[in-house]
Amino acid sequence: MKILSKLYIALIILFLYAPVAVMIVFSFNSSSSVWVMGGFSTRWYEGLANDTTMLTALEHTLIVAVLSAVISTVLGTAAAVGVTAIRNRISKKVVMSVTQIPMMNADIVTGISLMLLFIFFGKLIGLNESLGFVTVLIAHITFNLPYVILSVIPKLRQTDSHLAEAALDLGCTPLKAFFKVILPSISTGIVTGFIMAFTLSLDDFVISYFTCGHYQTLPIVIYNMTKKSVTPDTYALSTLIFITVFVLMVLYNVLQTKSEKKRTETVRV
Amino acid sequence: MNKKTFGNKLVASPYIVWSAIFIVVPLIIMVYFALTDESGAFTLANLSGLGLYKKAFGISILYAVAATLITLILAYPMAYFMTKLNVSSQRMLFMIVMIPMWMNFLIRTYSWITILANTGLINTFLTNIGLKPLKLINTPGAVILGMVYDFIPYMILPIYSVMSKLDKSLLEAAEDLGSNSFTKFKKVIFPLSRPGVISGITMVFVPSVSTFYISQKLGGNKTMLIGDTIEYFFNLGPSYYNIASAISLVLMVMILICLFVMNRFTDDEDGGVLM
Repeated sequence: MKILSKLYIALIILFLYAPVAVMIVFSFNSSSSVWVMGGFSTRWYEGLANDTTMLTALEHTLIVAVLSAVISTVLGTAAAVGVTAIRNRISKKVVMSVTQIPMMNADIVTGISLMLLFIFFGKLIGLNESLGFVTVLIAHITFNLPYVILSVIPKLRQTDSHLAEAALDLGCTPLKAFFKVILPSISTGIVTGFIMAFTLSLDDFVISYFTCGHYQTLPIVIYNMTKKSVTPDTYALSTLIFITVFVLMVLYNVLQTKSEKKRTETVRV
Repeated sequence: MNKKTFGNKLVASPYIVWSAIFIVVPLIIMVYFALTDESGAFTLANLSGLGLYKKAFGISILYAVAATLITLILAYPMAYFMTKLNVSSQRMLFMIVMIPMWMNFLIRTYSWITILANTGLINTFLTNIGLKPLKLINTPGAVILGMVYDFIPYMILPIYSVMSKLDKSLLEAAEDLGSNSFTKFKKVIFPLSRPGVISGITMVFVPSVSTFYISQKLGGNKTMLIGDTIEYFFNLGPSYYNIASAISLVLMVMILICLFVMNRFTDDEDGGVLM
């Protein structure tokens, strides 16, 4: 039984990583085929370094990811604090249901409805080309917000509300009480929300596809590349993305284990 | 005290305004487009003409259901076996399953072309050992495979999260009361892992039923799924926005009904788990 279960886990991992392995191997192909290995070469990687479309798209992706993650984290944290304070059950339920819409809905519907909104308002104020940087940023903030809110709310629930009251009684302004008492105790939720927002934004294709206009992000460029014939340069780019993700995840995990170890040690002391 | 709660509630107002403008209003505009013609006059023609796309709807649902079931069958044992390992291996496996999720699904789908193509790796291997090549790419099977591959982490992780938090004393109690491993599974493990299964199913079904990339890359041009149809009409230009909105509206309503039905199956208050 033990061996069988380990074999099963190994098979699933093989299934998850076989295509990735294939992709990495063919990104080093010296010929332009993705089926027959001609020999080893790094020409596709060299090509990428000089590809200005790709580099601009990378820049766009990072700008949108950072801005949308920061804005949605600030807005979302404030929203979480405000929503938990709403006493009226019905209005609370309405706000929370609306919040869940972008998470539950199909990306294509979210993307299209936002695109229609932007075009509709663009026409109202007389713009010819209403889609671009601002619209893609708004779209990303919109689909990031629910993830931030839903990672902060549980932390707020765990926070002892008497602490904030005590701070107020001791003469803190509400704002100071928030930064001194509430913020430290919900910080892990905020960080999780921020990381989720950032990675979701980096990764998004469908919603960006409908809202970005000519402001192309990396997934859009990848989409356009794969529309044409299949060449190893897409694999080279994908391999770079895979390695970046892999290194970041391992690093994050190592840091987390370390901080956990530290915590248990201090507890023991 | 009163002042504090009052101030707190106001903090949510920027978000409430934001969600009204960018979540609620867009959906209203979509409904407006679905119920009007190009000149802006009210019409039901867009909706009543949807019979033409019956096939696309049917195939999309069929493929998505198949992909969701296969994903569940593959993922459930994986999640279960993961919980049997020691903590550090569990953590490592969690990461291993999650890494492909952070890679763009365009890339993940695309890498299957090399494996499945007519002159791809599997067929090269088959011809080399003297067998006939198989028709793998541009088949329904390839599309479903693509869905399973792209979305399986979304099934494994929520099931695993629920199972790993399962109270061990319940299992001991079941054993003490004379359950064998099958009854233990049927009476304790499975019912308690249901919230994870439910959220896994929704997280796989929704993107599968609405996809338009997987079908284009692995299904050839033959299979028009509902997502492909919507994308096709939107690319044709503004005069097709009305019909595309009508299809999107029906897709959305369909997904909402599915989610509603799924939520009936979870009796617990939170209604599933967020990854």
